[in-house]
Amino acid sequence: MTAPLDRPTQHLLRDLAPQVLGALVRRIHDFAAAEDAVQEALVAAATQWPSDGVPENPRAWLIRVASRRITDHVRAESARRHREAIVVSLVPPEEQMALAADHGEDDTLELLFMCCHPSLSPASAIALTLRAIGGLTTFEIATAFLVPEATMAQRISRAKRTVQASGIPFEPTDAAERTARLGAVTHVLYLIFSEGYTASAGEELHRSDLSDEALRLTRVLHRLLPDDAEVAGLVALMLLTNARRAARTGPDGELVPLDQQDRTLWDRAAIAEGVALVSATLPRGAVGPYQLQAAIAAVHDEAASTEETDWEQILALYGVLATMSDNPAVSLSRAVATAMVHGPAAGLMQLDALAGDPRLAGHHRLDAVRAHLLERAGDREGAVQHYRRAANLTTSIAERNYLLTHAARLAGG
Amino acid sequence: MKYMMMMNVPAGGTYKIFSWPKEDIHRHIAFMKTFATKLRASGELVSAEGLSGPDQAKLVRAGKDGKPITDGVFPEAKEFLAGYWIVDVETTERVLELAAEASAAPGPGGAPLNMAIEVRQVMSAPPKELL
Repeated sequence: MTAPLDRPTQHLLRDLAPQVLGALVRRIHDFAAAEDAVQEALVAAATQWPSDGVPENPRAWLIRVASRRITDHVRAESARRHREAIVVSLVPPEEQMALAADHGEDDTLELLFMCCHPSLSPASAIALTLRAIGGLTTFEIATAFLVPEATMAQRISRAKRTVQASGIPFEPTDAAERTARLGAVTHVLYLIFSEGYTASAGEELHRSDLSDEALRLTRVLHRLLPDDAEVAGLVALMLLTNARRAARTGPDGELVPLDQQDRTLWDRAAIAEGVALVSATLPRGAVGPYQLQAAIAAVHDEAASTEETDWEQILALYGVLATMSDNPAVSLSRAVATAMVHGPAAGLMQLDALAGDPRLAGHHRLDAVRAHLLERAGDREGAVQHYRRAANLTTSIAERNYLLTHAARLAGG
Repeated sequence: MKYMMMMNVPAGGTYKIFSWPKEDIHRHIAFMKTFATKLRASGELVSAEGLSGPDQAKLVRAGKDGKPITDGVFPEAKEFLAGYWIVDVETTERVLELAAEASAAPGPGGAPLNMAIEVRQVMSAPPKELL
């Protein structure tokens, strides 16, 4: 058994993973093979570096080992296409490839475009992004999503085949295509973040690492595209949401709603960074949904309590957000903000208008919000009834426990 | 989204696999194996198990001292759980499609059994924010 990698080395490996992959894809034009080889090189590094020490040029080391893996596979499979390109030389093929491959450029953005391509389902894009760009092992990803490693391995290789078959160009596409693809990338990163953030503390520790990983990758994207306001907004949104993580669950893993959270547990450094980022970005124009959600999170994070929260500003921000996205979740949050500004009756009226939306039919959130507003309005009986209905409809145990406990407390007087 | 697909079969109904002719049993088992292999290959299988028959089932309750009190066979049971799959799928439509495929597993003479497959969602993570 070798010693585990220390944190900095683990981060170094994860940072280098997409760079090494990019260098190889440029050289051999075979994404699937290159990705497998990089994964093997990462595993080799994780086993050798703790005893041998980190090589002087870790990037070159990884490229060399990955290149060697590819030539090994090429030899083994006698794949003519590759052999002709690589083997006709006296220079050892892995050296040749390593030399030719590494111009030092960073292809992380292009790789993100590939891994988050709209032809992939969200689950596939998430898995592929975590492995190819995040440098996570299949086992780590499988653990995070609570599926067997073999299942995750299949999901990843299917995703790679889809990418390969769709003939997605590795080189940047035109500006319009680039914007659309960037939207897909930020969406996938946002989904990874949510997966980790919603994991309850303790029982699913590995899952919560996903939000840190999503934040790390979004920071990388922000570094590559510093002028993109929505990418900056997404970093800010993750920081400002993550800042509350320690307070959102109680000692037994039970969920704690925002208005009852111990705000001294909030991460002030993350809040300061997020606020600074969104404040610098918003005035520059090109306002988008991530920046608006970050701005809403910032208003919450800067308030000392629910009562002292600037709900008028939150309501205004939801108003703008509603014009941009036809998302019923936004409408529900807006109804809550309306209730905080204009009273529960006004919020309930907005809910009535939403009740006909087929996307919310049978959805527990509608009942949960109605229960909350009825409680604020002093209709205890109605609130209990809707909390229980919501509890019956939710697919989360943690949320069901919260809703049932809350209903029982109200009913008990 | 994870779902459990439960194969409930009537205790006295068609699914008395042990009394089937050999080729029918083989066909049925081959179908189940292929089904699991396909689910594994599509990256959707979380787990799948077949359960031993109701003859070996025990019903357990805690006695006054907390020790187990077991009941033996319950011939009155109308149906029993023969096995289950847990799958991780992208959509509800997909799990219904899979359940229908499992339902049509071949029975005597290779005819589809069209068993009832109960589909239940596995509880998942809570929303990002409560109110």
